[in-house]
Amino acid sequence: MLQIKNLQAGIEDKPILKGIDLSVNAGEVHAIMGPNGSGKSTLASVLAGRDGFDVTGGKALYNGNDLLDLAPEERAREGVFLAFQYPVEIPGVNSTYFLRSAVNAVRTHRGEEELDAMNFLKAVKVKMKELGLGEDFLKRPVNAGFSGGEKKRNEILQMTMLDPRLAILDETDSGLDIDALRIVADGVNRLRRDDNAQVVITHYQRLLDYIVPDFVHVLNDGCIIKSGDKSLALELEEKGYDWLIKEAA
Amino acid sequence: MSQVDTANPAVEPVEAFTKLEQNGAALMPLRKAGLARFSESGYSTLRDEDWRFTNVKPIAELPFRPTIDPLGQGIGQDQLGNVTFGQLDADRLVFVDGHFNADLSQIGDQPSGVTVTHLVSGLAGLEREAGSLSGGDDNPFVALNDAFFTDGALIRIADNQCLTKPVHLLFVTTAGKDGEAAHIRNWIIAGANSQGTIIESHLSLGQAATVTNVVTETRIGDGANLEHVKFQDQSAKAFHLASLHSELGRDARYAFHSIALGARLSRNNLRMRLAKPGIECVLNGLYMMRGQQLADHHMIVEHAAPHCDSHEYFNGILDDQSRGVFHGRILVQPGAQKTDAKQTNKNLLLSDDATANTKPQLEIYADDVKCTHGATIGEMDDDSIFYLRTRGLDPSTARRMLLHGFAGEIVERIRHDAVREELDALVWGRLEAVHKFD
Repeated sequence: MLQIKNLQAGIEDKPILKGIDLSVNAGEVHAIMGPNGSGKSTLASVLAGRDGFDVTGGKALYNGNDLLDLAPEERAREGVFLAFQYPVEIPGVNSTYFLRSAVNAVRTHRGEEELDAMNFLKAVKVKMKELGLGEDFLKRPVNAGFSGGEKKRNEILQMTMLDPRLAILDETDSGLDIDALRIVADGVNRLRRDDNAQVVITHYQRLLDYIVPDFVHVLNDGCIIKSGDKSLALELEEKGYDWLIKEAA
Repeated sequence: MSQVDTANPAVEPVEAFTKLEQNGAALMPLRKAGLARFSESGYSTLRDEDWRFTNVKPIAELPFRPTIDPLGQGIGQDQLGNVTFGQLDADRLVFVDGHFNADLSQIGDQPSGVTVTHLVSGLAGLEREAGSLSGGDDNPFVALNDAFFTDGALIRIADNQCLTKPVHLLFVTTAGKDGEAAHIRNWIIAGANSQGTIIESHLSLGQAATVTNVVTETRIGDGANLEHVKFQDQSAKAFHLASLHSELGRDARYAFHSIALGARLSRNNLRMRLAKPGIECVLNGLYMMRGQQLADHHMIVEHAAPHCDSHEYFNGILDDQSRGVFHGRILVQPGAQKTDAKQTNKNLLLSDDATANTKPQLEIYADDVKCTHGATIGEMDDDSIFYLRTRGLDPSTARRMLLHGFAGEIVERIRHDAVREELDALVWGRLEAVHKFD
């Protein structure tokens, strides 16, 4: 589904990603871990198409096509979803209106019929309940004045409604207490299928107790320095990152 | 201050006064005092602190033509059918060039104790009230209005009464000559525990460089709850000057919304006096400018009593070479403890040539108060656009959504459903029609 080959990217003249290789197949969950500043969020941003990052080498293929050549909205419509570390507050834009527009943009691209207001509401209310979001949520502007936990649950709600093939979750656990973490993780796990994949970016092992990965990769200084199965995450939890960084050096 | 250009006085003040005296001799002291004040001050200039960003020289240079008499061309109902709020279920007072038009107006059954009429007909006994709220103001346009106002609305709601329908004050100008000026005076008196919704709209049917100069005095009684929506959508050559002077009683609720879309230059002076404890006052404004337009909102919210809340929210969307001016002064008098005053002014610049001038000002003489203010001037937020794009929305839809949201923040504070919905659709349509999204 996703093949990243020797991907190099940076901001202005500062290299951040220095040759990433990663292969994600349908049905898999990959965790990307690493210390602060290792390039985790940059990788997420580059894959989602955020402005301001220069790709200086390598490539990223999504279902065999050049992902980096697509505009952010084209990636979204093709099934790539980024759950933001810091979801953006958009005062004045009603959550229902926003989410229905997004869902219908993706549906139209897939050749599906647009959801009318009734059917949309019916669908979204079920998902909101699963995520513990109150009904007033739909009347509020997107993320405006939301608590940290509400913002993260909103990301998962959007992800649920857009039903992506490839979901990238950028530090979705940050700022969540243990109850909220469980709700968010359950939401992600409900979406796991044989025909989709998830890339979970996190600093801490804690999230991986709930979203159990098939593969764990450690990113340091813009490169993946070690890959393994879920036991690698436990090892990191116990020993920290330093031993790996020394080993790699 | 500059002197009035009297080189070409199309209307002689003396002649005008002779006619205006027929509308009420008791008003003549107010008129004479107004003219004297204006003769002393002349028009304001950029040297006046309160007019630093808004140059009224183009008004001073116009021929002096107050529309003391109705202008020749009448207008018919067919010309008003499609105007904004024209279909709203409301009592409607229509004024053409500052003169009441009974044929176009519709006043239904309001409860006894409610008076909805035009000022000239209902003034008896109120003459001494006129100017009692606006009189202390040194705004030259208030002085001019004192001298030359022809008519306006009079709304009185007795204690414990409600307006059963909103009252729509529709002011249209038909003027075809530059400088023709409608001076309008409104009086709104809301008794204790009264309620109502008032919509005031200003539109142009003519295309000349006309002047609308409106002064509204509003006395809001204890426990009264009033919503006032002012909608200004005049032609791109028109000048619009408005001054609102409100005094609020104990536990009064007052929401004033200013939607400024039209005119070459518009200035709204808002003067709120929170005289008794427990008041909640909201001033809420949206200006959307393009071309060479300028919209100026200048407010003083005076907290003269403890335990009052005041909130000001003003958003501006500025395109082309247009300008937005905001001056918000919060004055907390000694003893006005537990004041909660909030003020925000946000400006979205859609063009490199657009300008916003914003000046928040807090003046606080009490020590147990909460006052905040914030102002922003900027372009559309890239992070927000990116966020929307990652959800599958194309850039033009994303921009449109943000712009709509920015205007929507203000519009959604209007409580009257039909008014809010009509304005929302209008603002949406205007953004679609006028502003480029790609």
